[in-house]
Amino acid sequence: MSSHEQQVRTSLKSEPLVSPGIGAGFMATFRRDLLIAFRHRGEMANPIMFLLMVITMVPLGISPERAVLSVLAPGMIWVVALLATLLSLDGLFRADYEDGALEQLLMSPQPLYFQVLAKVLVHWLVTGLPLTIMAPLLGVMLSLPAAGFWPLVFSLFLGTACLSLIGAIGAALTVALRKGGLLISLIIMPLYVPILIFGSSAVSSAIDGFPFGGQMAVLGAFLAMAVVLAPVAAAGALRISVNG
Amino acid sequence: MGWQWFHRLGSPRWFYEKTNAWIPWLAVISISLLVTGAVWGLAFAPEDFKQGNSYRIIYIHVPSAFLALAGYYTMAISGAIGLIWKMKLADMVMKSAAPIGAVLTFVALVTGAVWGKPTWGTWWVWDARITSMLVLFFLYLGVIALQEAYQHQDTANKASAILALVGTVNIPIIYKSVDWWYTLHQPATIKFTSESTIDPSMLYPLLMMVTGFYVFYALVLLMSTRSEILVREKKTRWVKDLATQ
Amino acid sequence: MKFQFESAADFISMSGHGPYVWASYAITAVCLAYLVVSPLLKRRSLMAEIKRQSRIAERNAELQGTSR
Repeated sequence: MSSHEQQVRTSLKSEPLVSPGIGAGFMATFRRDLLIAFRHRGEMANPIMFLLMVITMVPLGISPERAVLSVLAPGMIWVVALLATLLSLDGLFRADYEDGALEQLLMSPQPLYFQVLAKVLVHWLVTGLPLTIMAPLLGVMLSLPAAGFWPLVFSLFLGTACLSLIGAIGAALTVALRKGGLLISLIIMPLYVPILIFGSSAVSSAIDGFPFGGQMAVLGAFLAMAVVLAPVAAAGALRISVNG
Repeated sequence: MGWQWFHRLGSPRWFYEKTNAWIPWLAVISISLLVTGAVWGLAFAPEDFKQGNSYRIIYIHVPSAFLALAGYYTMAISGAIGLIWKMKLADMVMKSAAPIGAVLTFVALVTGAVWGKPTWGTWWVWDARITSMLVLFFLYLGVIALQEAYQHQDTANKASAILALVGTVNIPIIYKSVDWWYTLHQPATIKFTSESTIDPSMLYPLLMMVTGFYVFYALVLLMSTRSEILVREKKTRWVKDLATQ
Repeated sequence: MKFQFESAADFISMSGHGPYVWASYAITAVCLAYLVVSPLLKRRSLMAEIKRQSRIAERNAELQGTSR
């Protein structure tokens, strides 16, 4: 045995493999997913383009009259944001599942909860947050009354995070299926009902001159609950759908 | 005694043979309750002074709505038992409960719509209860769709069990949200039914129908689970003997 | 406890609400009947399938016996 080999052995023995802490593991996944997302910038723009195009269809399909559009605007923007999130969800775990990275993630000693949370956070940063930032423009297109702009942005800010978190459960449940896309919408949409109700109602109450703090508080409560529970369910679902 | 019965439930064959004798009893009890309750409600219960005879739909609408919700919890609880204790039988109960619950939700929706026509003058009103019922129907459809999508039966069961549990957490939130949304948009409309003020002469047939629906639910869930057991165990000796004897 | 209607025709029409009431009872009856019948049909088709397969297995065993 050469001295070099011996050296390697002792060094292996003296420094056992340490898995990084939860925070480091979270950050590693976060950074990796964000990097992947930025390398596919074209895909990132898709939900936003979808949102813009559907919003363009609304005046064409219903009426270009300001009075009509301003009534429809809060609900319409919320519904379309919801659809855009649903469409983007299919990709949340899909690529990782196909190249085997997801199985590595499941086998790693890292708690799956934080790994899922990191992935969802990235998903929100590349879909929910741009949607939120785009919202005022859409508001202008649908002649949303001025009082509605800030509530729209705030409610989408909280709401799209909930949408991403809850949607992660659906993405995890369908990741192993070849045709997951439509199925995600079917199983997740009913769960989006409360968020849609409170989100769009915050905007319309603000337009009518009522306080909307209550709705925001409820959305915040939904978000807190979703942060705690949704990654647990999504992690369980991932274990089942990947391992069979 | 103690937990022995629980462990025995792990054997689908034991369950199948044990429940053989229950079916006729459940069938007789549920059919007699349903027929008596329906005749009582249709012909002998007094007419409602406000809604007239159309209120007689209550005798099927309310029980099916009860069972639609109770069915979801049955499904979710058996799904949880299947996930936690890896009990095959619980998985089969969950798989059978989904379509039954969906059908009962559909019954509640349709009877609600038909009742709405003479009461509100329109087939569909976005009433809080009807809307919640519709969302519940979608939740059922989601579970069934997920169950159908998987080729591998075991994975299908586990995945739909998780979805059912997520739905269970959400149902109270959905109900409260829809309720709140409804009060926001329609502050004062006709209250559908206020069970607390219902006259005893109308209430007794209703209670009978509710009991009848519960027993009926147990019956069809049992029948469906039993045929599911046969499908899953079709490669085993005892099922083959059952078929060829 | 008394019969609430004047006549059988009155019972059918339910003072105008008859179609609604009877339609919803009919739909419910059909749905409940479906719930009872579908497991029975499933069971029956499964049993037929098992029987058929066991017959095929038997015949294969016989054929193998004669050919040897």
